[in-house]
Amino acid sequence: MTEQEIDSLNLSALKQGNHSELARMVTRYSDSIYRVALGMLNNPSDAEDILQETFIKAIRALPTFEGRSSLSTWLYRIAVNESLMLIRKQKPEVAVSDDEFNDSNDIDSFPSFQIQDWCCLPEKDFMSTETKSILDQSIQKLSANLRSVFILRDIEGLSIQETAEALGITETNVKTRLLRARLKLREELSDYFGEYLNKENQNG
Amino acid sequence: MDNKQHCKELLSSISEYIDGSLNEQLCAELESHLNGCDNCRVVVNTLKKTIEIYHDQVSQDTAPQDVKDRLFVKLNLDDYMKK
Repeated sequence: MTEQEIDSLNLSALKQGNHSELARMVTRYSDSIYRVALGMLNNPSDAEDILQETFIKAIRALPTFEGRSSLSTWLYRIAVNESLMLIRKQKPEVAVSDDEFNDSNDIDSFPSFQIQDWCCLPEKDFMSTETKSILDQSIQKLSANLRSVFILRDIEGLSIQETAEALGITETNVKTRLLRARLKLREELSDYFGEYLNKENQNG
Repeated sequence: MDNKQHCKELLSSISEYIDGSLNEQLCAELESHLNGCDNCRVVVNTLKKTIEIYHDQVSQDTAPQDVKDRLFVKLNLDDYMKK
């Protein structure tokens, strides 16, 4: 999103509800917002609802947008909040899981570390459709709070500060959650690619 | 992992190390540990790769055209939609 912001939107036109400028804003950010919603909810129909709700709320709230964060960070914030609300509504029992509120940086809480070097696999194996589905499944195994940090920081490419602003948490918490999320995903991918590597070796 | 305590310390700063935001002293300590610890090197490399694969695969996803069409209609902006 950052590069696109160079050609900046006219904020006062947006605040006045100028349709052509609003359309430019929606065009610019709809892919990112949809990606975040899909990552959070893992369901295209829910993601579409969140996408619509995010822009409806944003357009309604634009006149009071103070610009303390960038427009994109603000949109991400609305989208993540909407996603979390929907998750709580759909699955109240899992919304509060153990690590949701545990922001300690205690490395002992990581149960295991796979030590298999699968970096050497050919690039095409990483870009395959099968890998894509493993990536999607793995991200869904994270708690919603870890997932939101990983999506904003590592997929959307926000800075630590922007991620903190978008989620309304401290930068320290972003860093802690990011570490946990990344390590968990590494474990998942190591399970998958480790097995893959063993199979390849067996087949000679 | 051998020298387990050392490895654990390393892992708590691994994320910042990968982002290049670790301070110089810790970075030097960590790199000297990595030189002598194969296991930690594997963890660092596969962690970097994990982030890279996610970035390369997922950050390219776009919303389907019909989803965008319905969004513009919903927002009463369909007259301004660029096809």
